[in-house]
Amino acid sequence: MMIKKPAQLLVTNGEALINDALKDLGRHIEQPTRRAFLQRSLSLGGLSLLSGCAVVDEESVENALMKVSRFNDKVQAWLFDPNRLAPTYPESMITRPFPFNAYYDEDEIREVDEEAYRLEVSGMVADKRAWTLTELRAMPQMAQVTRHICVEGWSAIGKWGGVSFASFLRRVGADTSAKYVGFKCADDYYTSIDMPTALHPQTLLTLTYDDQPLPPRYGFPMKLRMPTKLGYKNPKHIQAIFVTNTYPGGYWEDQGYNWFGGS
Amino acid sequence: MANGNGLIHPLWVRVTHWVNALAVIVLAMSGWRIYDASPFLGYAIPGHLTLGSWLGGAIQWHFAAMWLLMANGMVYLASNIVSQRLFHKFFPLSLRSLFADVVAAFRGKLSHADLSHYNAVQRTAYLFVMLDSVLLVLSGLVLWKSVQFPLLRELLGGYETARRVHFFAMAGLVAFAGIHLIMVALVPRTLLAMLRGR
Repeated sequence: MMIKKPAQLLVTNGEALINDALKDLGRHIEQPTRRAFLQRSLSLGGLSLLSGCAVVDEESVENALMKVSRFNDKVQAWLFDPNRLAPTYPESMITRPFPFNAYYDEDEIREVDEEAYRLEVSGMVADKRAWTLTELRAMPQMAQVTRHICVEGWSAIGKWGGVSFASFLRRVGADTSAKYVGFKCADDYYTSIDMPTALHPQTLLTLTYDDQPLPPRYGFPMKLRMPTKLGYKNPKHIQAIFVTNTYPGGYWEDQGYNWFGGS
Repeated sequence: MANGNGLIHPLWVRVTHWVNALAVIVLAMSGWRIYDASPFLGYAIPGHLTLGSWLGGAIQWHFAAMWLLMANGMVYLASNIVSQRLFHKFFPLSLRSLFADVVAAFRGKLSHADLSHYNAVQRTAYLFVMLDSVLLVLSGLVLWKSVQFPLLRELLGGYETARRVHFFAMAGLVAFAGIHLIMVALVPRTLLAMLRGR
Protein backbone atom coordinates (compact mmCIF):
# COMPACT_ATOMS: atom_id res chain seq x y z
CA MET A 1 0.00 0.00 0.00
CA MET A 2 3.05 2.24 0.24
CA ILE A 3 1.57 3.56 3.42
CA LYS A 4 4.10 5.08 5.76
CA LYS A 5 4.02 5.49 9.48
CA PRO A 6 5.52 8.70 10.86
CA ALA A 7 8.26 8.07 13.41
CA GLN A 8 6.80 7.94 16.90
CA LEU A 9 9.16 10.56 18.34
CA LEU A 10 7.81 13.17 15.98
CA VAL A 11 4.38 12.86 17.54
CA THR A 12 5.67 14.29 20.79
CA ASN A 13 7.30 17.24 19.03
CA GLY A 14 4.13 18.81 17.85
CA GLU A 15 1.94 19.01 14.84
CA ALA A 16 4.22 21.29 12.84
CA LEU A 17 6.96 18.69 12.89
CA ILE A 18 4.53 15.98 11.88
CA ASN A 19 3.32 18.04 8.97
CA ASP A 20 6.88 18.74 7.83
CA ALA A 21 7.72 15.06 8.08
CA LEU A 22 4.63 14.11 6.13
CA LYS A 23 5.50 16.55 3.37
CA ASP A 24 9.01 15.11 3.19
CA LEU A 25 7.72 11.60 2.92
CA GLY A 26 6.07 12.40 -0.38
CA ARG A 27 2.76 11.96 -2.03
CA HIS A 28 1.94 8.40 -1.03
CA ILE A 29 1.41 9.33 2.59
CA GLU A 30 -1.66 8.27 4.46
CA GLN A 31 -2.67 9.20 7.98
CA PRO A 32 -1.89 6.03 9.88
CA THR A 33 -2.61 6.71 13.51
CA ARG A 34 -5.97 7.00 15.12
CA ARG A 35 -4.81 10.23 16.74
CA ALA A 36 -3.88 11.88 13.47
CA PHE A 37 -7.10 10.60 11.98
CA LEU A 38 -9.18 12.18 14.72
CA GLN A 39 -7.29 15.46 14.47
CA ARG A 40 -7.91 15.82 10.78
CA SER A 41 -11.04 13.67 10.83
CA LEU A 42 -12.92 13.15 7.62
CA SER A 43 -13.16 16.91 7.23
CA LEU A 44 -15.10 18.63 4.55
CA GLY A 45 -11.68 19.56 3.22
CA GLY A 46 -12.01 21.50 -0.01
CA LEU A 47 -15.68 22.17 0.56
CA SER A 48 -14.96 24.08 3.79
CA LEU A 49 -12.30 26.04 1.94
CA LEU A 50 -14.69 26.92 -0.83
CA SER A 51 -17.40 28.11 1.50
CA GLY A 52 -14.93 29.74 3.87
CA CYS A 53 -16.45 28.16 6.94
CA ALA A 54 -17.21 24.81 8.46
CA VAL A 55 -20.88 24.58 7.59
CA VAL A 56 -21.57 21.14 9.00
CA ASP A 57 -20.75 19.62 12.36
CA GLU A 58 -17.88 17.29 11.47
CA GLU A 59 -18.70 14.66 14.03
CA SER A 60 -22.22 14.16 12.72
CA VAL A 61 -20.89 13.98 9.16
CA GLU A 62 -18.37 11.34 10.25
CA ASN A 63 -21.07 9.33 11.98
CA ALA A 64 -23.33 9.50 8.95
CA LEU A 65 -20.51 8.39 6.64
CA MET A 66 -19.67 5.52 9.00
CA LYS A 67 -23.30 4.41 8.87
CA VAL A 68 -23.18 4.40 5.07
CA SER A 69 -19.97 2.36 5.28
CA ARG A 70 -21.76 -0.21 7.49
CA PHE A 71 -24.61 -0.24 4.97
CA ASN A 72 -22.04 -0.84 2.22
CA ASP A 73 -20.74 -3.83 4.21
CA LYS A 74 -24.23 -5.33 4.04
CA VAL A 75 -24.60 -4.63 0.32
CA GLN A 76 -21.24 -6.28 -0.34
CA ALA A 77 -22.14 -9.34 1.75
CA TRP A 78 -25.32 -9.58 -0.30
CA LEU A 79 -23.45 -9.17 -3.62
CA PHE A 80 -20.77 -11.69 -2.61
CA ASP A 81 -21.23 -14.93 -4.52
CA PRO A 82 -19.41 -17.71 -2.59
CA ASN A 83 -18.91 -19.67 -5.80
CA ARG A 84 -17.72 -16.81 -8.02
CA LEU A 85 -13.99 -17.08 -8.62
CA ALA A 86 -11.57 -14.20 -9.05
CA PRO A 87 -9.76 -14.33 -12.40
CA THR A 88 -6.48 -16.26 -12.51
CA TYR A 89 -3.55 -15.42 -14.76
CA PRO A 90 -0.63 -17.17 -16.47
CA GLU A 91 2.65 -17.02 -14.56
CA SER A 92 4.10 -14.84 -17.33
CA MET A 93 1.82 -12.04 -16.11
CA ILE A 94 3.21 -11.99 -12.55
CA THR A 95 4.27 -8.46 -11.55
CA ARG A 96 8.04 -8.43 -10.85
CA PRO A 97 9.08 -7.25 -8.40
CA PHE A 98 5.81 -7.60 -6.54
CA PRO A 99 5.35 -4.41 -4.47
CA PHE A 100 5.92 -4.45 -0.73
CA ASN A 101 3.18 -2.85 1.28
CA ALA A 102 2.36 -2.47 4.95
CA TYR A 103 1.58 0.29 7.41
CA TYR A 104 5.33 0.61 8.05
CA ASP A 105 8.50 0.90 6.00
CA GLU A 106 10.46 -1.99 4.59
CA ASP A 107 13.22 -1.52 7.18
CA GLU A 108 10.68 -2.30 9.90
CA ILE A 109 9.68 -5.71 8.56
CA ARG A 110 9.28 -8.19 11.43
CA GLU A 111 11.38 -11.35 11.45
CA VAL A 112 9.47 -14.31 12.81
CA ASP A 113 11.48 -17.29 14.10
CA GLU A 114 10.47 -20.44 12.24
CA GLU A 115 11.28 -22.87 15.07
CA ALA A 116 9.48 -20.92 17.76
CA TYR A 117 6.48 -20.11 15.57
CA ARG A 118 3.10 -21.44 16.71
CA LEU A 119 -0.19 -20.52 15.10
CA GLU A 120 -2.79 -20.07 17.81
CA VAL A 121 -6.40 -21.00 17.06
CA SER A 122 -9.15 -19.87 19.39
CA GLY A 123 -12.79 -18.86 19.71
CA MET A 124 -15.59 -20.96 18.27
CA VAL A 125 -13.45 -23.94 17.23
CA ALA A 126 -13.41 -27.54 18.52
CA ASP A 127 -9.62 -27.99 18.37
CA LYS A 128 -7.66 -25.10 19.94
CA ARG A 129 -4.28 -26.81 19.58
CA ALA A 130 -1.51 -24.51 18.28
CA TRP A 131 0.03 -25.35 14.89
CA THR A 132 3.68 -25.53 13.89
CA LEU A 133 4.80 -24.51 10.42
CA THR A 134 5.72 -28.14 9.66
CA GLU A 135 2.17 -29.23 10.41
CA LEU A 136 0.75 -26.54 8.15
CA ARG A 137 3.11 -27.58 5.36
CA ALA A 138 1.97 -31.19 5.74
CA MET A 139 -1.61 -30.30 4.82
CA PRO A 140 -2.69 -30.50 1.13
CA GLN A 141 -1.24 -27.52 -0.73
CA MET A 142 -2.61 -25.49 -3.63
CA ALA A 143 -1.39 -22.44 -5.56
CA GLN A 144 -2.95 -19.70 -7.63
CA VAL A 145 -1.90 -16.66 -9.67
CA THR A 146 -4.30 -13.82 -8.89
CA ARG A 147 -4.54 -10.05 -8.88
CA HIS A 148 -3.93 -8.18 -5.63
CA ILE A 149 -5.92 -4.94 -5.62
CA CYS A 150 -4.87 -2.22 -3.19
CA VAL A 151 -7.33 0.22 -1.67
CA GLU A 152 -5.13 2.94 -3.20
CA GLY A 153 -6.20 1.77 -6.64
CA TRP A 154 -3.09 0.04 -7.99
CA SER A 155 -2.99 -3.68 -8.56
CA ALA A 156 -0.33 -6.35 -9.05
CA ILE A 157 -0.40 -10.03 -10.02
CA GLY A 158 1.32 -12.60 -7.82
CA LYS A 159 1.51 -16.33 -7.18
CA TRP A 160 0.58 -17.56 -3.73
CA GLY A 161 0.53 -21.12 -2.45
CA GLY A 162 -0.63 -22.82 0.72
CA VAL A 163 -3.56 -24.46 2.44
CA SER A 164 -7.21 -23.93 1.54
CA PHE A 165 -8.53 -21.86 4.44
CA ALA A 166 -11.90 -23.65 4.25
CA SER A 167 -10.11 -27.00 4.73
CA PHE A 168 -8.16 -25.57 7.64
CA LEU A 169 -11.29 -24.21 9.33
CA ARG A 170 -13.02 -27.57 8.94
CA ARG A 171 -9.94 -29.38 10.23
CA VAL A 172 -9.96 -27.34 13.46
CA GLY A 173 -13.71 -27.84 13.76
CA ALA A 174 -14.61 -24.16 13.36
CA ASP A 175 -18.25 -23.21 13.80
CA THR A 176 -18.83 -22.04 10.22
CA SER A 177 -22.13 -20.46 11.22
CA ALA A 178 -20.14 -17.83 13.14
CA LYS A 179 -20.02 -14.34 11.65
CA TYR A 180 -16.34 -13.45 11.77
CA VAL A 181 -12.82 -14.83 11.55
CA GLY A 182 -10.26 -12.54 13.17
CA PHE A 183 -6.47 -12.38 12.78
CA LYS A 184 -3.69 -11.11 15.02
CA CYS A 185 -0.29 -10.62 13.48
CA ALA A 186 3.36 -10.47 14.56
CA ASP A 187 3.62 -6.93 13.17
CA ASP A 188 0.76 -5.78 15.46
CA TYR A 189 -1.58 -5.65 12.50
CA TYR A 190 -5.03 -7.09 13.00
CA THR A 191 -8.09 -7.53 10.83
CA SER A 192 -11.18 -9.69 10.42
CA ILE A 193 -13.29 -11.13 7.63
CA ASP A 194 -16.78 -12.53 7.08
CA MET A 195 -17.30 -16.29 7.21
CA PRO A 196 -18.50 -16.67 3.56
CA THR A 197 -15.21 -15.13 2.35
CA ALA A 198 -13.24 -17.31 4.80
CA LEU A 199 -14.84 -20.36 3.18
CA HIS A 200 -14.35 -19.12 -0.43
CA PRO A 201 -12.45 -21.69 -2.55
CA GLN A 202 -9.67 -19.19 -3.37
CA THR A 203 -9.07 -18.07 0.23
CA LEU A 204 -5.63 -19.41 1.08
CA LEU A 205 -3.56 -19.81 4.25
CA THR A 206 -0.50 -18.77 2.31
CA LEU A 207 2.90 -20.34 2.98
CA THR A 208 4.70 -19.65 -0.30
CA TYR A 209 5.16 -16.79 -2.74
CA ASP A 210 6.22 -17.63 -6.29
CA ASP A 211 6.92 -21.26 -5.22
CA GLN A 212 9.37 -20.16 -2.49
CA PRO A 213 8.71 -20.01 1.26
CA LEU A 214 6.95 -16.73 1.93
CA PRO A 215 9.72 -14.13 2.39
CA PRO A 216 9.48 -11.78 5.41
CA ARG A 217 8.47 -8.86 3.18
CA TYR A 218 5.40 -10.77 2.01
CA GLY A 219 4.45 -11.99 5.48
CA PHE A 220 6.61 -14.91 6.69
CA PRO A 221 5.70 -17.39 7.99
CA MET A 222 2.09 -17.20 6.89
CA LYS A 223 -0.45 -14.76 5.49
CA LEU A 224 -4.06 -14.98 4.43
CA ARG A 225 -4.53 -14.37 0.74
CA MET A 226 -7.99 -13.55 -0.64
CA PRO A 227 -8.30 -12.45 -4.28
CA THR A 228 -11.87 -11.44 -3.40
CA LYS A 229 -10.74 -8.72 -1.00
CA LEU A 230 -8.59 -5.58 -1.08
CA GLY A 231 -4.98 -5.73 0.10
CA TYR A 232 -5.53 -4.40 3.63
CA LYS A 233 -7.88 -7.32 4.32
CA ASN A 234 -5.01 -9.78 3.63
CA PRO A 235 -3.06 -9.98 6.93
CA LYS A 236 0.63 -10.99 6.99
CA HIS A 237 2.74 -12.66 9.73
CA ILE A 238 -0.42 -14.22 11.22
CA GLN A 239 0.07 -15.49 14.78
CA ALA A 240 -3.49 -16.07 15.91
CA ILE A 241 -6.76 -16.94 14.24
CA PHE A 242 -10.06 -16.75 16.10
CA VAL A 243 -13.66 -17.47 15.17
CA THR A 244 -16.24 -15.20 16.77
CA ASN A 245 -19.62 -13.55 16.59
CA THR A 246 -18.25 -10.36 18.15
CA TYR A 247 -17.13 -7.79 15.57
CA PRO A 248 -13.32 -7.68 15.81
CA GLY A 249 -12.67 -4.66 13.53
CA GLY A 250 -9.21 -4.10 12.10
CA TYR A 251 -6.17 -1.81 12.07
CA TRP A 252 -7.31 0.26 9.08
CA GLU A 253 -10.99 -0.55 9.44
CA ASP A 254 -11.07 1.10 12.89
CA GLN A 255 -9.72 4.26 11.26
CA GLY A 256 -12.34 4.38 8.54
CA TYR A 257 -11.53 1.90 5.79
CA ASN A 258 -14.58 -0.09 4.80
CA TRP A 259 -14.75 -3.33 6.81
CA PHE A 260 -15.97 -5.72 4.11
CA GLY A 261 -13.40 -4.39 1.63
CA GLY A 262 -14.38 -6.91 -1.03
CA SER A 263 -13.73 -7.01 -4.76
CA MET B 1 -42.70 26.91 -24.60
CA ALA B 2 -42.76 23.18 -24.15
CA ASN B 3 -45.69 23.15 -21.74
CA GLY B 4 -48.89 25.10 -21.96
CA ASN B 5 -48.23 26.62 -18.53
CA GLY B 6 -44.94 28.14 -19.64
CA LEU B 7 -42.81 25.74 -17.60
CA ILE B 8 -39.36 25.17 -19.13
CA HIS B 9 -38.14 22.58 -16.63
CA PRO B 10 -40.66 20.44 -14.74
CA LEU B 11 -40.03 20.03 -11.01
CA TRP B 12 -38.50 16.54 -11.35
CA VAL B 13 -35.90 17.88 -13.80
CA ARG B 14 -34.92 20.67 -11.40
CA VAL B 15 -34.75 18.43 -8.33
CA THR B 16 -32.74 15.70 -10.08
CA HIS B 17 -30.48 18.34 -11.64
CA TRP B 18 -29.46 19.85 -8.29
CA VAL B 19 -29.18 16.52 -6.48
CA ASN B 20 -27.00 15.33 -9.35
CA ALA B 21 -24.86 18.47 -9.13
CA LEU B 22 -24.25 17.84 -5.42
CA ALA B 23 -23.45 14.15 -5.99
CA VAL B 24 -21.06 14.95 -8.85
CA ILE B 25 -19.18 17.58 -6.83
CA VAL B 26 -18.71 15.18 -3.90
CA LEU B 27 -17.78 12.27 -6.17
CA ALA B 28 -15.31 14.27 -8.25
CA MET B 29 -13.53 15.88 -5.29
CA SER B 30 -13.35 12.69 -3.23
CA GLY B 31 -12.38 10.77 -6.37
CA TRP B 32 -9.43 13.12 -6.90
CA ARG B 33 -8.22 12.29 -3.38
CA ILE B 34 -8.53 8.56 -4.12
CA TYR B 35 -6.63 9.06 -7.38
CA ASP B 36 -3.88 10.87 -5.45
CA ALA B 37 -3.23 7.72 -3.38
CA SER B 38 -1.77 6.15 -6.52
CA PRO B 39 -1.64 8.74 -9.32
CA PHE B 40 -1.13 6.72 -12.48
CA LEU B 41 -0.71 9.79 -14.67
CA GLY B 42 2.40 10.79 -12.75
CA TYR B 43 0.97 13.88 -11.13
CA ALA B 44 -1.33 14.39 -8.17
CA ILE B 45 -4.34 16.68 -7.91
CA PRO B 46 -3.69 19.50 -5.40
CA GLY B 47 -4.91 18.41 -1.98
CA HIS B 48 -6.93 21.56 -1.30
CA LEU B 49 -9.20 20.68 -4.24
CA THR B 50 -9.99 17.28 -2.76
CA LEU B 51 -12.52 16.05 -0.25
CA GLY B 52 -12.05 13.70 2.68
CA SER B 53 -8.58 14.76 3.95
CA TRP B 54 -7.15 11.22 3.72
CA LEU B 55 -7.78 8.14 1.59
CA GLY B 56 -10.17 6.48 4.07
CA GLY B 57 -12.24 9.66 4.41
CA ALA B 58 -12.32 10.23 0.66
CA ILE B 59 -13.50 6.65 0.09
CA GLN B 60 -16.28 7.11 2.63
CA TRP B 61 -17.48 10.24 0.84
CA HIS B 62 -17.16 8.59 -2.56
CA PHE B 63 -19.05 5.45 -1.55
CA ALA B 64 -21.83 7.47 0.07
CA ALA B 65 -22.33 9.88 -2.84
CA MET B 66 -22.35 6.99 -5.33
CA TRP B 67 -25.72 5.89 -3.93
CA LEU B 68 -27.05 9.42 -4.35
CA LEU B 69 -25.82 9.55 -7.96
CA MET B 70 -27.18 6.11 -8.80
CA ALA B 71 -30.61 6.58 -7.21
CA ASN B 72 -31.00 10.09 -8.59
CA GLY B 73 -29.75 9.03 -12.01
CA MET B 74 -32.28 6.22 -12.16
CA VAL B 75 -35.15 8.55 -11.20
CA TYR B 76 -33.95 11.01 -13.87
CA LEU B 77 -33.60 8.44 -16.65
CA ALA B 78 -36.88 6.69 -15.80
CA SER B 79 -38.79 10.00 -15.69
CA ASN B 80 -37.12 11.09 -18.90
CA ILE B 81 -38.18 7.94 -20.71
CA VAL B 82 -41.69 7.61 -19.23
CA SER B 83 -42.50 11.27 -19.91
CA GLN B 84 -40.97 10.93 -23.42
CA ARG B 85 -39.00 14.08 -22.66
CA LEU B 86 -35.80 12.27 -23.65
CA PHE B 87 -37.08 11.77 -27.21
CA HIS B 88 -38.65 15.21 -27.64
CA LYS B 89 -35.86 17.30 -26.17
CA PHE B 90 -32.75 15.55 -27.38
CA PHE B 91 -33.85 14.12 -30.72
CA PRO B 92 -33.74 14.32 -33.68
CA LEU B 93 -30.01 14.84 -33.74
CA SER B 94 -27.77 14.66 -36.78
CA LEU B 95 -24.10 15.36 -37.46
CA ARG B 96 -25.24 17.89 -40.05
CA SER B 97 -27.34 19.87 -37.56
CA LEU B 98 -24.56 19.62 -34.96
CA PHE B 99 -22.02 21.01 -37.44
CA ALA B 100 -24.37 23.81 -38.50
CA ASP B 101 -25.04 24.80 -34.87
CA VAL B 102 -21.33 24.69 -33.93
CA VAL B 103 -20.59 27.05 -36.82
CA ALA B 104 -23.50 29.29 -35.79
CA ALA B 105 -22.27 29.31 -32.18
CA PHE B 106 -18.79 30.47 -33.16
CA ARG B 107 -20.33 33.24 -35.27
CA GLY B 108 -22.41 34.29 -32.27
CA LYS B 109 -25.59 33.53 -34.14
CA LEU B 110 -26.95 30.64 -32.08
CA SER B 111 -30.24 31.82 -30.61
CA HIS B 112 -31.19 31.34 -26.94
CA ALA B 113 -34.55 33.02 -27.24
CA ASP B 114 -36.48 29.85 -26.40
CA LEU B 115 -34.90 28.09 -23.40
CA SER B 116 -37.23 25.12 -23.78
CA HIS B 117 -35.64 24.25 -27.10
CA TYR B 118 -32.21 22.65 -27.15
CA ASN B 119 -30.01 23.27 -30.17
CA ALA B 120 -27.91 20.45 -31.63
CA VAL B 121 -24.83 21.38 -29.58
CA GLN B 122 -26.84 21.26 -26.35
CA ARG B 123 -28.51 18.00 -27.35
CA THR B 124 -25.11 16.44 -28.04
CA ALA B 125 -23.62 17.77 -24.81
CA TYR B 126 -26.51 16.58 -22.62
CA LEU B 127 -26.68 13.16 -24.28
CA PHE B 128 -22.90 12.89 -23.88
CA VAL B 129 -23.08 13.62 -20.18
CA MET B 130 -25.88 11.09 -19.69
CA LEU B 131 -23.90 8.34 -21.42
CA ASP B 132 -20.68 9.43 -19.71
CA SER B 133 -22.38 9.19 -16.31
CA VAL B 134 -23.59 5.68 -17.12
CA LEU B 135 -20.01 4.78 -18.09
CA LEU B 136 -18.76 6.28 -14.80
CA VAL B 137 -21.19 4.14 -12.81
CA LEU B 138 -20.37 0.96 -14.75
CA SER B 139 -16.59 1.44 -14.56
CA GLY B 140 -16.98 2.37 -10.90
CA LEU B 141 -18.81 -0.92 -10.30
CA VAL B 142 -15.86 -2.77 -11.87
CA LEU B 143 -13.39 -0.98 -9.58
CA TRP B 144 -15.53 -1.64 -6.51
CA LYS B 145 -16.54 -5.24 -7.32
CA SER B 146 -14.29 -6.53 -10.07
CA VAL B 147 -14.77 -10.17 -8.98
CA GLN B 148 -18.55 -9.97 -8.59
CA PHE B 149 -19.21 -8.39 -12.02
CA PRO B 150 -17.07 -10.50 -14.39
CA LEU B 151 -18.95 -9.63 -17.59
CA LEU B 152 -18.75 -5.91 -16.91
CA ARG B 153 -15.07 -6.27 -15.98
CA GLU B 154 -14.21 -8.01 -19.24
CA LEU B 155 -16.28 -5.55 -21.30
CA LEU B 156 -14.27 -2.70 -19.80
CA GLY B 157 -10.96 -4.44 -20.50
CA GLY B 158 -10.16 -5.68 -16.98
CA TYR B 159 -9.55 -3.95 -13.67
CA GLU B 160 -6.61 -1.75 -14.69
CA THR B 161 -8.27 -0.54 -17.91
CA ALA B 162 -11.49 0.16 -16.01
CA ARG B 163 -9.45 2.42 -13.70
CA ARG B 164 -8.39 4.53 -16.69
CA VAL B 165 -11.91 4.48 -18.16
CA HIS B 166 -13.28 5.72 -14.83
CA PHE B 167 -10.71 8.51 -14.65
CA PHE B 168 -11.14 9.75 -18.21
CA ALA B 169 -14.93 9.51 -17.98
CA MET B 170 -14.57 11.77 -14.90
CA ALA B 171 -12.42 14.14 -16.96
CA GLY B 172 -15.16 14.24 -19.62
CA LEU B 173 -17.80 15.00 -17.00
CA VAL B 174 -15.70 17.75 -15.42
CA ALA B 175 -15.01 19.25 -18.86
CA PHE B 176 -18.76 19.23 -19.54
CA ALA B 177 -19.43 20.90 -16.17
CA GLY B 178 -16.85 23.60 -16.93
CA ILE B 179 -18.39 24.45 -20.30
CA HIS B 180 -21.87 24.18 -18.80
CA LEU B 181 -21.00 26.77 -16.12
CA ILE B 182 -19.49 29.14 -18.69
CA MET B 183 -22.66 28.89 -20.75
CA VAL B 184 -24.83 29.58 -17.69
CA ALA B 185 -22.67 32.64 -16.94
CA LEU B 186 -23.21 33.83 -20.52
CA VAL B 187 -26.98 33.25 -20.38
CA PRO B 188 -27.94 33.72 -16.70
CA ARG B 189 -31.66 33.25 -17.43
CA THR B 190 -30.91 29.53 -17.72
CA LEU B 191 -29.96 29.45 -14.04
CA LEU B 192 -33.26 31.06 -13.06
CA ALA B 193 -35.11 28.56 -15.23
CA MET B 194 -33.36 25.66 -13.51
CA LEU B 195 -34.30 27.14 -10.09
CA ARG B 196 -37.91 28.21 -10.53
CA GLY B 197 -38.83 26.28 -13.65
CA ARG B 198 -39.51 29.19 -16.01
